[in-house]
Amino acid sequence: MDIAVKSKELNKELDVEAIRKDFPILHTKVHGQPIVYFDNAATSQKPLVVLDAIQEYYKETNSNVHRGIHYLSNKATNEFEASRKTIAAHLNASHEEIIFTRGTTEAINLVAFSYGEAFVKSGDEIIISHMEHHSNIVPWQMLCERKNATLKVIPITHEGELKIEEYKKLLSAKTKLVAVNHVSNTLGTINPVREIIELAHAKNIPVLLDGAQAVPHMKVDVKKLDVDFYCFSGHKLFGPTGIGVLYGKSKWLNQMPPYQGGGEMIKQVTLEKTTYNDAPLRFEAGTPNIEASIVLANAIDYVNEIGLDKIAKHENDLLLYATEKLEKIQGLKIIGTAKHKTSVISFVIDGLHPSDIGILLDKQGVAVRTGHHCTQPLIDFYKIPGTVRASFAFYNTFEEIDIFVRALNKAISMLK
Amino acid sequence: MRIEETENEIVEEFEIFGDWMEKYEHIIEIGNSVPKIDEKYKDEAHEIKGCQSKVWLHSELKDGKIIYSADSDAIITKGLVGLVIRVFSDHTPEEIISADIRFIDKIGLHEHLSPTRSNGLTAMIKQIKLDALAHRELGIKN
Repeated sequence: MDIAVKSKELNKELDVEAIRKDFPILHTKVHGQPIVYFDNAATSQKPLVVLDAIQEYYKETNSNVHRGIHYLSNKATNEFEASRKTIAAHLNASHEEIIFTRGTTEAINLVAFSYGEAFVKSGDEIIISHMEHHSNIVPWQMLCERKNATLKVIPITHEGELKIEEYKKLLSAKTKLVAVNHVSNTLGTINPVREIIELAHAKNIPVLLDGAQAVPHMKVDVKKLDVDFYCFSGHKLFGPTGIGVLYGKSKWLNQMPPYQGGGEMIKQVTLEKTTYNDAPLRFEAGTPNIEASIVLANAIDYVNEIGLDKIAKHENDLLLYATEKLEKIQGLKIIGTAKHKTSVISFVIDGLHPSDIGILLDKQGVAVRTGHHCTQPLIDFYKIPGTVRASFAFYNTFEEIDIFVRALNKAISMLK
Repeated sequence: MRIEETENEIVEEFEIFGDWMEKYEHIIEIGNSVPKIDEKYKDEAHEIKGCQSKVWLHSELKDGKIIYSADSDAIITKGLVGLVIRVFSDHTPEEIISADIRFIDKIGLHEHLSPTRSNGLTAMIKQIKLDALAHRELGIKN
């Protein structure tokens, strides 16, 4: 084989062993055994560049933003706004469309409140799906209660895919917003969001995507998607906790009233009347999480340096390898068998409770999540008490999957 | 047997186990031998909230002492509730309310005491004590 071709081929592969050196926590031991961390859909681990950047911020930059008369405040503001630009570039958005929030949950609540105040009235409808995380259900229920509107739900198939034909029937003149996840946290299903958006836009209905489970695994281009609102969390993207992002098209954001009142979000305050700042500052009342906002850019740079294409390929290999191994286990049933999936495997085992399996896996150093994963309506749909969920990140290995499968077999033999 | 004596007995029982596997195998065994709850009590009123798995607890007063029975859809949880029941059952409400139990720490199961822990041992103990309180209050009234 040609050297150039071979080197290109090698370049497509991830050097996982080298990457693992960037994550100190992956080298810790739990219950005396090396940790196998398969709870990445709950939160991801942080690379050294992120850990160092947090320290560096407090050592060299710490100061309040947007009020700067002095050197440090200007430095903090510059880094804060530079991060906003990095995030915007990553999503192919412009920086005034990027709002810092505490996380995906707050981003959705912000839209539910502010968009709801501006555009939703009695008799209107909001569409969600049966596979939403509670954070993309409850804010809409609260809005519907406030406005006397109705929540409509896109049904799903047993494989865990949206019934698009049913979705088409739900779209109507009463629909004011469609809010669905890009990727399901419990099933790993990658939803056909391009189609979902096109169908909604054909009726002039905006779409919000909960991208918490998508952003760590794939490149998201909000312009290409033409999505109206896109939300994600920093901590699932190898960044700090307590920081999230709401992307919103300017045309919507500038028509929406503020979510919270306070400093930063105002133009002018008199005791009689206040005028508000434009987006994004209009939606960022109070001192933000400056450190996490800045460091999120380091996490994004880190991921981009590795390359999301490479990450996606490795994670897909892990998914296929683990799926094949798990399917061989007697009585094991995978919940969520959509055609397009991220590296998430939820499963149940005949006669065994997920929490028992989770406890015995933990004892063997394997971290998974068990339960309803904040998707109770989805778990009820499958008529199960919950699932065991293993979710992989690019720093996970095939050897770890072998350890996990061995530990799982041991747990089963103890419980049966 | 006093509550403390049962606790010591359990601690001794667990001392022989060399590793986590033996310990959990024992808990699973206990789970399989927990005093069966009457099916009619497996309802929402008897369900202990705060557990990832379902746990039902029933108690009744016999000759001034409370007898507990329980069930769970998860076997380790059932074993844990079985241990707790063994310690508390067959005691007066007063003894149960004032008991300060320590055996869970001593046998290395304290990780199950965290309030958010899936099997909610803390929630079980709280419910056992609440039941004892209720029996005492009703007893005084009657």
